Amino acid sequence: MTIQPFQINVPQSVLDDLQTRLASTRWLDPVEGWAQGMNSDYMRELADYWQNKYDWRKHEAALNKFNWFKTKIGGEEIRFIHERGKGPNPTPLILFHGWPDSILRYTKLIPMLTDPAKYGGDPNDSFDVIVPDLIDATVGGQVRVREQLLKQTAEKSWQLMTETLGYTRFGAGGGDGGSPISQLLAVHHPDSIIGIHLTDIGFGATMAQHSDLSEAEQEYLGTLQMMGFQEGAYAMVQGTKPQTLAFALNDSPVGLAAWIIEKFRTWSDCDGDIEKNYTKDELLTNIMFYWVAGFDPRGYREEWVMPSLAPDQQIDVPVGLAQPPKDMSPITPREFAARNLKNIQRWTVLPRGGHFVAMEFPELMAEDLRAFLRPLR
Amino acid sequence: MTTKPDTVQPFKINIPQATLDDLQDRLARTRWPAEVKGVGWDYGTNVGYMKELADYWQHKYDWRKHETELNKFAHFKADVDGVNIHFIHERGKGPNAKPLILTHGWPDSFYRFHKVIPMLTEPVKYGGKPEDSFDVIVPSIPGFGFSDRVPMSEGEVADLWVKLMRDVLGYKQFTAGGGDVGSNVTKSLAFKYPEAVMAIHLTDVGYPTGQEDFSTMSQAEQEFARFIQGWWFKEGGYAMIQMTKPQTLAYGLNDSPVAWAAWAMTLLGEVEKNEKPLKSQDELLTNLTIYWVTQTIGSSIRSYNKSAQTESAMKPGDRVQVPTAVARCALDAPLPREWAERNVNLQHYSEIPAGHFAAWEAPEAFVQDLREAFRQILK
Repeated sequence: MTIQPFQINVPQSVLDDLQTRLASTRWLDPVEGWAQGMNSDYMRELADYWQNKYDWRKHEAALNKFNWFKTKIGGEEIRFIHERGKGPNPTPLILFHGWPDSILRYTKLIPMLTDPAKYGGDPNDSFDVIVPDLIDATVGGQVRVREQLLKQTAEKSWQLMTETLGYTRFGAGGGDGGSPISQLLAVHHPDSIIGIHLTDIGFGATMAQHSDLSEAEQEYLGTLQMMGFQEGAYAMVQGTKPQTLAFALNDSPVGLAAWIIEKFRTWSDCDGDIEKNYTKDELLTNIMFYWVAGFDPRGYREEWVMPSLAPDQQIDVPVGLAQPPKDMSPITPREFAARNLKNIQRWTVLPRGGHFVAMEFPELMAEDLRAFLRPLR
Repeated sequence: MTTKPDTVQPFKINIPQATLDDLQDRLARTRWPAEVKGVGWDYGTNVGYMKELADYWQHKYDWRKHETELNKFAHFKADVDGVNIHFIHERGKGPNAKPLILTHGWPDSFYRFHKVIPMLTEPVKYGGKPEDSFDVIVPSIPGFGFSDRVPMSEGEVADLWVKLMRDVLGYKQFTAGGGDVGSNVTKSLAFKYPEAVMAIHLTDVGYPTGQEDFSTMSQAEQEFARFIQGWWFKEGGYAMIQMTKPQTLAYGLNDSPVAWAAWAMTLLGEVEKNEKPLKSQDELLTNLTIYWVTQTIGSSIRSYNKSAQTESAMKPGDRVQVPTAVARCALDAPLPREWAERNVNLQHYSEIPAGHFAAWEAPEAFVQDLREAFRQILK
């Protein structure tokens, strides 16, 4: 299996076309506040910055400082960052992003994990870090139905880590979609997995039916259900009619940005000020991954119809669960997490952070990952 | 019958050429999404279908032709409670023409009724009797078409309609009809103003919410409730996002004509994707273009949020007491008679071969049903 170095290089025509589209945006009537979704003033401000100040090439160059590779697994191309650890015995660790984030979730965390000494840590805690880019380039083309996408992703990642990169045992981690992918690695390849580090238990587990819920669990699930109606319509659309939505998110950059930014704000520890923990440049670079590749018309539909991970799937490998306080869902009670995660070895409620905590507070994530995997190395 | 001339202004549709040129330009440079192969409409609006429709929109469809057609109707704008309301007002050609206000839904528009207006005003020309004629009023709901872009709840729209009919147009009593959002507006109108509304005609009567007590429901009603529940789960994402985060969605839809068309076609296309088309490409595009050129995509979508945030005019269990006719549409949800009886004072019930947009899809059957129903109720 050949591995080739890879560099991101977005065609100039794509960037020029984006400029044209931003310049000719047909704006909506403004609405105050965020109660009806993406705020008008902020959308204007962000689009103005995107058009007039944001420099993709600068960020592309910065991203290309990572060691990127591509290879083919099962006939399909997979692109990934592979950074070697600087320490006596780096532990391999694969990290998965989710939706609507990208590898950008981990770009600040990667150097902290590979070279802990540089960030006030112990060189013995260093990791070889692998971060696959899970956003398929689809725009304008034809795509096939992907049955059990998350399971396939886990399987390909296992092949990448073992057969392609030659690791025998490794850690895995992530949040959002990255949580079930890590859990699926644990289910299907427990002997290869040192431990999995999650920032949420995964959406699927909350769908399981239990007759013996504690008071805390009942409250947790009740809150989730309420929030599901107010905040979950995006998932219902992406789970049922992703192709319908894809027309808007591929043809209109502000359409895509609004769809993503509203969720970034709601799911971050920012007290309503999205730029508290992210710069416009970071937000836009993340959006660029989706604009350039195109919003995938398959959305969540396959996982919605037939989830890869059973809601009551038991996980026996060691688990570190580090929950950010301002994620989309309330803190999962430990007894609920333990229904599926049978071997929780580290339980952390982080002092700060939201759904994309590795992006907001990478130092918290670095510390928790190190502490979780230290005894398991 | 007189109108107040100072508040009512004649209106002609005349879309600036620049708006039409811009639409052309956007269609020409559509950045298409990928197509999921071999899934038909299962993942949402079919890409092949959309490419054909967009191609027709760009190369063959002629807005000016349809604009001219639409301008043959007598259009007006009137200030009602500070809201500028657009409406068609066509006088009946027959003795004692009865006033009838017809209310559209989403994602249709006043255009829903363009075929039935002449049949209702001039029945003799369409196989009816002169005494079946109506004065027809077809307004654009606020937030839609050529009315002000102010999203309103269904109850608030009913309040405006009674003012439009009584205070502006001088009809002390009138009849009303509609479907989709227009059905809820019409029910609210009858419920809140029974003294003004003589009879109503509906092509749907609202849907079970899942909160009903199943033990009080007939077998057919329970099946209907299950059908609706299943429908919401498969098809209802559009309504959920429009109720909760309309702005988030609307940025893309107001910026991209194919985005708007694809979003609307998941509903407008429900019959098209399975059976013989009930609406021509020209008709679909005229309806879609009305939203596009008036930039009412966002405001119409926000009306879902407005209705969800506003205490509704009718509470669960409330029933319309005004005599009501319900036309069950054979290609729409399987509405049982008992469900209609539960919600309204049902005086006439029949089935017509139409989908959800009945007056548009099966105009002759719709008109015949409405005439017969009101003839019987108002005899």
